[in-house]
Amino acid sequence: MNEPIYIVDGARTPFLKSRNRPGPFAASDLATDAGRALLLRQAFAPTELDEVILGCAAPSPDEVNIGRVAALRMGCGHKVPGWTVMRNCASGMQALDSALMNVRAGRSDLILAGGVDALSRAPLLFSDAMVMWLSKWYAAKTIGQRAALLAQFRPGFFAPVIGLMKGVTDPVVGLLMGQTAENMAYRFGITRREMDEFAARSHQRVLAAQKAGYFAHEIVPLYDNDGTLYAADDGVREDSTVENLAKLRPFFDRKYGNVTAGNSSQITDGGTWLVLASARGVERHKLEPKGRIVDSQWAALDPAQMGLGPVHAATPILRRHQLGLNDLDAWEINEAFAAQVIACERAWASDEFCRDELGLPEALGVLDQSKLNVDGGAIAIGHPVGASGTRIVLHLLNVLERTGGKRGIAAICIGGGQGGAMLVERV
Amino acid sequence: MENWKIEHEGDGLATLVFDRAGTSTNTLSQDALVELNEALDELDRKPPKALIVRSGKTNGFIAGADVSEFGQLSNPAAAQAFVKRGWDTLMRLSNVSYPTLALIKGFCLGGGLELALACRYRVAIDDPSTRLGLPEVMLGIVPGWGGIMRLPRLTGAPAALDLLLTGKTIDARKAKKLGIVDECVPERIMENTARGMLRALPPPRALPLPLSLTLAPVARKLIAAQAEKKVAQRARRDHYPAPYAILELFRRYDGNPLAPPDGDPASITALMQTPTAANLIRVFGLQERLKTLGKEDDFAASHVHVVGGGTMGGDIAAWCALRGLTVTLQDQTSERLAPAMGRAAKLFAERLKEPRRVRAATDRLIPDVEGYGVARADVIIEAIFENVDAKRAVFATLERKARPDALLATNTSSIPLEEIAAELPDPTRLVGLHFFNPVQRMMLVEIVHGRDTQPALVARGAAFARQIDKLPLPVKSAPGFLVNRLLAPYLMTAMRCVDEGIAAETVDEAALAFGMPMGPIELADTVGLDICLAVGRMLDPDAEPPRKLKALIDAGKLGKKTGQGFYTWVNGKAQKTAAGAPPADLARRLVDPFVAEAKAALADGIVADADLVDAGAIFGTGFAPFRGGPLHYAATPEGGAR
Repeated sequence: MNEPIYIVDGARTPFLKSRNRPGPFAASDLATDAGRALLLRQAFAPTELDEVILGCAAPSPDEVNIGRVAALRMGCGHKVPGWTVMRNCASGMQALDSALMNVRAGRSDLILAGGVDALSRAPLLFSDAMVMWLSKWYAAKTIGQRAALLAQFRPGFFAPVIGLMKGVTDPVVGLLMGQTAENMAYRFGITRREMDEFAARSHQRVLAAQKAGYFAHEIVPLYDNDGTLYAADDGVREDSTVENLAKLRPFFDRKYGNVTAGNSSQITDGGTWLVLASARGVERHKLEPKGRIVDSQWAALDPAQMGLGPVHAATPILRRHQLGLNDLDAWEINEAFAAQVIACERAWASDEFCRDELGLPEALGVLDQSKLNVDGGAIAIGHPVGASGTRIVLHLLNVLERTGGKRGIAAICIGGGQGGAMLVERV
Repeated sequence: MENWKIEHEGDGLATLVFDRAGTSTNTLSQDALVELNEALDELDRKPPKALIVRSGKTNGFIAGADVSEFGQLSNPAAAQAFVKRGWDTLMRLSNVSYPTLALIKGFCLGGGLELALACRYRVAIDDPSTRLGLPEVMLGIVPGWGGIMRLPRLTGAPAALDLLLTGKTIDARKAKKLGIVDECVPERIMENTARGMLRALPPPRALPLPLSLTLAPVARKLIAAQAEKKVAQRARRDHYPAPYAILELFRRYDGNPLAPPDGDPASITALMQTPTAANLIRVFGLQERLKTLGKEDDFAASHVHVVGGGTMGGDIAAWCALRGLTVTLQDQTSERLAPAMGRAAKLFAERLKEPRRVRAATDRLIPDVEGYGVARADVIIEAIFENVDAKRAVFATLERKARPDALLATNTSSIPLEEIAAELPDPTRLVGLHFFNPVQRMMLVEIVHGRDTQPALVARGAAFARQIDKLPLPVKSAPGFLVNRLLAPYLMTAMRCVDEGIAAETVDEAALAFGMPMGPIELADTVGLDICLAVGRMLDPDAEPPRKLKALIDAGKLGKKTGQGFYTWVNGKAQKTAAGAPPADLARRLVDPFVAEAKAALADGIVADADLVDAGAIFGTGFAPFRGGPLHYAATPEGGAR
């Protein structure tokens, strides 16, 4: 049961920052546009896929089972099953893992798997008070009943519940995701300045990578209905300097907190796909894979400490393959928050943590900064929740290819207190 | 009875099925009408509780009268009898003692719709193939079997006149909204609906008060007068008498074409006296002939690759996606594709309306800078700028990557096919698919074949044109092919008139008075003055171009696309001052070169026969359709040589 899954190709949409109004693309539009371009350049027809698996944390109500919707819209035909997976921030990695499991089960040999979210289209919801009033209104039959209900109406009923805010609040421990990052800062003594420096570096790395054209083959340009072209990630900013970031006010713990919008991942729309195949699939369709996913791991922990998910998920992989932190040629750790990534680094470097929480005799070591998120991360690119798990695997492979590396790990923290990690190799 | 069948069911319900013998499309021939009377006789003897009228053919309800019978109407008396048989038969149908219901799936046009209107109820199947309309006006005739009487009673005068005067077709949902059909239902419940209605016998829908007032005599006069003003803007009475006759029949005779006395302009004799109807029916026949040209090959493409995302390439790609094909559109950069993608989105929204269908069309149009679609495509169309070296380079790459059975085509308008194909491993493989601007309005596609082009590929190109609902016209590869060759001398002559001092508006007015839908100067501005010059040069390299044309081009004023040409253009409309009265022979002076070129093109064998020259002129240049085409016109006394 160690059979790997081969990565044949991958692509993503530009990641578009949410700008306080619904964005130009629905989640299924993003998935369809990126997927059809990716399928166009393959040696097989879309109808030859065995299945399509799409991770999505927040599809719109008219995109139920968005994986199937996208499969049909991309031209896979009626006969290719499609389904949707959800593991919060790692939904995109869950899709890859489910593909891996189906290959090992002998069920599928050629799979399109990925993740997508259009957070700008997260709905505004009626409050409970409004819903109650409306249900009485629809049930009312006489003018008298209706008049009475009108007298009971309060303007406050109109105040919508912001769906997105619900989504980023842990339903069990009641913390906003950013507050878990504050927990990380408190636990590991991470300062505001350290967070801002990390964030600034993320922006600089993305800008450098954009200039060098490192995202060119990864990104599929999109066009909206006005013919406007979207060709690049648009959340990254030249002026995200440490000085400017320092001016922002804390967002989650108001007034005296440390985590700001600037040193957190952005709310974003985007989608990513990978073409995956078993060894049999590679042979049958005469494919030329670029890499393979060799191992994967899920881990769970206290939701209030969710930022440490990558540590709990990646460490077992390192142990199984007898690897040290810096035996990998590249790392992608999703930048949910600057504080959260720094916390992972400090956890691995802490004897106490490694002994108490990982069952290790001592600290695992210090992660080489020059191998981590070399082209920036979600702080500058954005975190469309469902898509990130796939994006970091795709980009990890592209980085290995570019730098001549052999192996890398992609890891992601998950709201609700989980972590996911994958070991990726070039072939 | 050969064409009709009566089926009785146990509960007193009967069905009258029309399945015209010996043809795949239902048309109400005179024989069919005679037989319909026999069927009604039989139903009179044993009246059913209710009658469903339906088609026995899967492709539609009834397409109208049999157009081929019009040609045999050699005199007014024959025409009167033709009209009277239909009028009387449908009047009889509308007066039977039992309730009737027309079950409409697919096309329901002309006399077919008039038959449905003579039933008490109408149920239409909600399907894109269901189209209702009264297109008689486009053939220069009027709906003579009760349509002008019955349609306004269902929809009110304004909506009815809109359909009657334009001849346009509508879908089932619009028909329900307008009140033409009582129910618009999916096929899965059409039987239930028909039977349910005939059991419940709902009272016929009454027109709401404001609309019912439009049928009062005073209202008819006012509404008809207004409608006539609008008609006059687009069709002159002496060219197109039919719409005016329709208005008169509506206004004074409650739609009965047999009521006006002889000599009245609304009478059948009056309509027959102008050659318009005969010529428009001929044009309809030419259109049907072009449609058959695509039937030799049963080729059905599913993927088209277009190289070149400019005005033509982008619009060809959008049109193919609109018609259901998967299309990959290639240009050098993503930025260059953006305008085409925007225009395509607009086209889909306008034509498809329903969001799901619009989205499906958008999903089918795939931007493809790298050209990955070439390896998958059934048809590849090159539509880059007119440069032979660039085109050769494109085709060299395309030929390497394309499937061996893919159709390779060029949209060139001015470069000989042989020159583009010269360096291909197999030059006989290239065919020309020459579209016209704007692609969504111009139905003609010239299928260009060179000296060596494989004939089978010409047939394939024609079949593809039919697949995307265009009219194929096979033409020989010679400068200008057919359409541009016909247009160029006409446009050049018009521009030389302007050089001589005649106002552009006056020149255009002369052509409009002749019957051209658009004046030549306005047309030149619309096409683009740079293109006019290029085409003119290609056809007559030694001729001196018209002075004003050259001056405008040198000043960068290229016509509509730059907002300034011979005319100033604002919001897509030419700003014209009042035209003076054109000199008497100006129209002849403009049309003679058109006719001369048509004769020359025929002599050069550009197309197979004179009818196809006329077809190309009408569908490619808009040559006054009511005149039947330039060669047909030249053979008349008025158009004959002086």
